[in-house]
Amino acid sequence: MEETYERACYIERLGLFGCIQCGKCTAGCPLNYLTPFNIRKMVYDVLNSSGEDIASEKHEIWQCTTCSTCSSRCPKQIEPRDVIINLRSILVEDGNIPPQIRDVLKSITINYNPWRLGKEQRAEWCKGLELKDASEADLLYYVGCTPAFDPRLQKVAQAVVKALRKAKVDFGTLGVEEVCCGSEIRRLGDIWSFDALREANTEIFNGYDNIKQIVTTSPHCYNTFKNEYPGLKPEVMHYTQFVSSLIDRGQLVLAKDYRKKVTYHDPCFLGKQNKIYEEPRNILRSVPGIEFVEFDRNRESSLCCEGGGGRMWIEIEDVKERLANIRVRDARDMGVDIIAVACPFCLLTLEDAVKSNDLEGKVQVMDIMEIVAKTLT
Amino acid sequence: MAAKKIGVYICHCGVNIAATVDIEELKRFAATLPRVKSVQNYMYVCSDPGQELIRKDIKEKGLNRIVVAACSPRMHEPTFRNVLKSAGLNPYCLEITNIREQCSWVHHDRHTATEKAKGLLAASVAKAALLEPLEEHEVGVTPTAMVIGGGIAGIQAALDIADTGFKVYLVEKEASIGGHMMQLDKTFPTLDCSACILTPKMADVKNHPNIELLAYSEVIEVKGFVGNFKVTVKKKPRYVIESICNACGQCSPYCPIEIDDAFNERLAKTKALYIPFPQAIPATYVIDPQSCRYLRDKSCRQCEQVCKELQAINLDQKEELVELDIGTIIVATGFDIFDPRQKPELGYGKYENVITGLEFERLVSASGPNQGDIKINGKKPKDVVFVQCVGSRDQTVGNEYCSRVCCMYTAKHAHLVREKLPDAHITIFYIDIRAFGKGFEQFYDRVRGERVYYRRGNVSEIYKKGDKLMVRAEDTLMGKAVEVAADLVVLAVGMEPSKSAKELGKILKLSNSPDKFFLEAHPKLRPVDTGSDGVFLAGCCQGPKDIPDTVAQASAAAAKAVIPLAHGTVKTEAMVSVVQAEACRGCGFCVEACPYAAITLEEKKVRGKKKIVATVNEVLCKSCGACAASCLSGAIQQKSFTDEQILSMIAVIGKKY
Ligand SMILES: Cc1cc2nc3c(=O)[nH]c(=O)nc-3n(C[C@H](O)[C@H](O)[C@H](O)COP(=O)(O)OP(=O)(O)OC[C@H]3O[C@@H](n4cnc5c(N)ncnc54)[C@H](O)[C@@H]3O)c2cc1C
Repeated sequence: MEETYERACYIERLGLFGCIQCGKCTAGCPLNYLTPFNIRKMVYDVLNSSGEDIASEKHEIWQCTTCSTCSSRCPKQIEPRDVIINLRSILVEDGNIPPQIRDVLKSITINYNPWRLGKEQRAEWCKGLELKDASEADLLYYVGCTPAFDPRLQKVAQAVVKALRKAKVDFGTLGVEEVCCGSEIRRLGDIWSFDALREANTEIFNGYDNIKQIVTTSPHCYNTFKNEYPGLKPEVMHYTQFVSSLIDRGQLVLAKDYRKKVTYHDPCFLGKQNKIYEEPRNILRSVPGIEFVEFDRNRESSLCCEGGGGRMWIEIEDVKERLANIRVRDARDMGVDIIAVACPFCLLTLEDAVKSNDLEGKVQVMDIMEIVAKTLT
Repeated sequence: MAAKKIGVYICHCGVNIAATVDIEELKRFAATLPRVKSVQNYMYVCSDPGQELIRKDIKEKGLNRIVVAACSPRMHEPTFRNVLKSAGLNPYCLEITNIREQCSWVHHDRHTATEKAKGLLAASVAKAALLEPLEEHEVGVTPTAMVIGGGIAGIQAALDIADTGFKVYLVEKEASIGGHMMQLDKTFPTLDCSACILTPKMADVKNHPNIELLAYSEVIEVKGFVGNFKVTVKKKPRYVIESICNACGQCSPYCPIEIDDAFNERLAKTKALYIPFPQAIPATYVIDPQSCRYLRDKSCRQCEQVCKELQAINLDQKEELVELDIGTIIVATGFDIFDPRQKPELGYGKYENVITGLEFERLVSASGPNQGDIKINGKKPKDVVFVQCVGSRDQTVGNEYCSRVCCMYTAKHAHLVREKLPDAHITIFYIDIRAFGKGFEQFYDRVRGERVYYRRGNVSEIYKKGDKLMVRAEDTLMGKAVEVAADLVVLAVGMEPSKSAKELGKILKLSNSPDKFFLEAHPKLRPVDTGSDGVFLAGCCQGPKDIPDTVAQASAAAAKAVIPLAHGTVKTEAMVSVVQAEACRGCGFCVEACPYAAITLEEKKVRGKKKIVATVNEVLCKSCGACAASCLSGAIQQKSFTDEQILSMIAVIGKKY
């Protein structure tokens, strides 16, 4: 076997010699519920044969949602997820990637968003809201690409604004100057574009002395700012953390009754990856009249919605089932009115599943902030 | 003062030193150092011929200071001191240069390592010239031992010491001795009934004239040193008088309060006035102070009424402090099981048919809450799944180690299921099977033969599907994830050091290894000693182990603990600290710095004037040097580590030898 220096480096860096092949990763992998995708075997193969070969042979590496269940459960604390990202970046470097992904990566460099929409449209969602500019506020609301461009998610961003205003939070946004956080791009293996975005964002954020805190809509942006942006000055929070503390401090009062039976779907990037389990539940429990119930599979055992790791832009073939389908059918069986989510991707994937399972009018998918907005006077 | 004649002995330590340090060059260099009259090198200086080399030189060349350049003084300092002594030289005229751990083992480059060894050696030679002979003193030993923790380890150690004729106090924090072994049903690999082999030993403890049992008690303070410990034991109030209660049990049914039965791992209820289990030693009831009505709000005295004749109940009992003189101490505080709630994906605490291995022991035991019927919610399980390595070999919960008993106790559990549920489908998920002990592999073979499916894979999650649990793991040998339906899931929880040992560790100044168990003095050669002289370890407090290993270690600790008792005296430190009263400011920094409470401030007459000065109790001093380092006026000097001696070493190294 030819040992390239680069390969030896990443095998050491990822600690793959530490793997005891116990399979805890594979059995916890949400993809493995649907496809033969076997992350344990992938680690074994990477360790025992040349990494480049594996990357081009194994087309299933595009299936990974980077939910990180594997990494969080690994008893030897190696990160199988990073093996996937590493293999993807080998393919990206060679230009050996599916066309949809090429389009996404291209859009990032041109539009600073993955949605192939012009950057000048980034502030359409808040037209007429007369939001402050980031330079005039204590707190930056970082909207994120999906809530800024997707018509369904724009409603969530608007709900966030409504709540922040109600709580008299001094916040501003970057408007059309906002740039993608790079989370998905990095996970698609384009670590080079990610580095550029990170530099750009760090410069923007650190450039505002007035900004002490950043609140994000998406757990994906939150996660990357929090864990992959060394040297970022402002404190980063997901909105569930911030809003939960507003409620606890009495600064935001959820006044109106909302008599619904609600469950909550933990986003992987908030829950499994950042252990934020209680704040979203605290918000929901603070809603007057709500009946809150848990999925059997919640918190550390939550199912992934399959929206992460670039999967919003990759169709995987030969799969009859979707995890989101399982999720909405479980919700139906529990008799809930609403599945509350706290992540743009979860919202889109679960809403799709509601449609494809003919559950429209029976089970509704709402972001926590949309529920909050409905209870404000 | 006779002229100093120094001998230098350089050890190769096989290739440990010689491969990295140029011995010939070091030897040449040593010969050039002042006052060095003899330089020799040898493959293993610590061996008998190596020692003889030194002895011969002392006699023939009249050497009076010896420098040995070898391994850490922690290894062989006592050995070489004895060499000096046997050659008629004061044992403290020895200096050891550590050219192994601090040189050859940590460097690769031969040239620089040799240069460093030269520096270290030159410093030692400089210090050796300033070494003074020191005297050791002897003090008497209290001929009594104490064993802390009354599991099988503590029981065995106490019995062995008692059999040698010395008195032993056995201190157990719970209401009865017995520990975890009492909770077990059968024991691998021989399947003896655990209670049948343990309870006779418990009775022996009770009946042995040399054992005094202090149950429901805790050690709260230990002062003194080996041979002369002063131990304060807190006897918690049982509210039942031990000397009167005859365990007739008439009182308990009248107690109106039910509490969780800890002995049965909370699978059953007992009363707030209870006996932990029928064979408890001492055979005395006890009242749970947290739940007893009288002790909470004085509203009930039912039990007193029932026990009117004997009057064994005393609801006003107070805790008692007992101070004991003790010669040596054995720590046998055992383990706690890992709390599987830390692995939420396994559903413990969420699904009632996910239980721990210890709960299974109670479930399957004839003395357990179900009289040994394996039933969950009144139903016999059809599909039973065992999950190995829960809380062991798992860095995410900080337990890197293997708990050493779970593979075998799970095999035992599978066997017991097969015995009681002949038609059950039994699956064991494992990562590796460790069947290393005597008879273990044979037992593992036998259990597999009993239609037990061993599947290699670490369970990743357990969730509910209908009225079954789905246990999801990758069968790594098939290379695909599998889901096995279960009515009962047993988690093979690993061991952690007992939480209540933490405070005791501080009291006894014990160290912990990275796995958080108590650290032995040497992993191979002193496995039951600790860094605190006169304190020994037995059983699972030192690391996970099964009963045979626990008992063996307990007997070993007993033998060790008896040595000073039998000897009758112990030597005190010779390298103690001394205070130069004239220079002492009486600030008391040293009093605070001393971890052994060996220094006090006392009023003394110094040059005719009364003055507060630090005073060292030489018997308590452990020669750690903390006082000398903290003294601002240089008034405290530690013998063999005086400022002058240390500065001479620094000066030599600073001058580049
Ligand atoms: C589920 C399970 C099944 C097992 N099955 C087997 C088997 O089949 N065969 C086998 O060989 N081994 C088996 N083992 C292992 C066995 O239980 C241990 O080897 C044995 O119990 C260790 O004894 P010990 O005295 O060291 O510890 P323990 O049994 O834990 O006893 C320690 C004692 O010290 C007391 N104590 C703790 N702290 C203090 C303190 N500060 N002051 C005073 N007292 C204190 C405790 O109350 C306890 O009584 C099993 C273990 C488990 C968990």
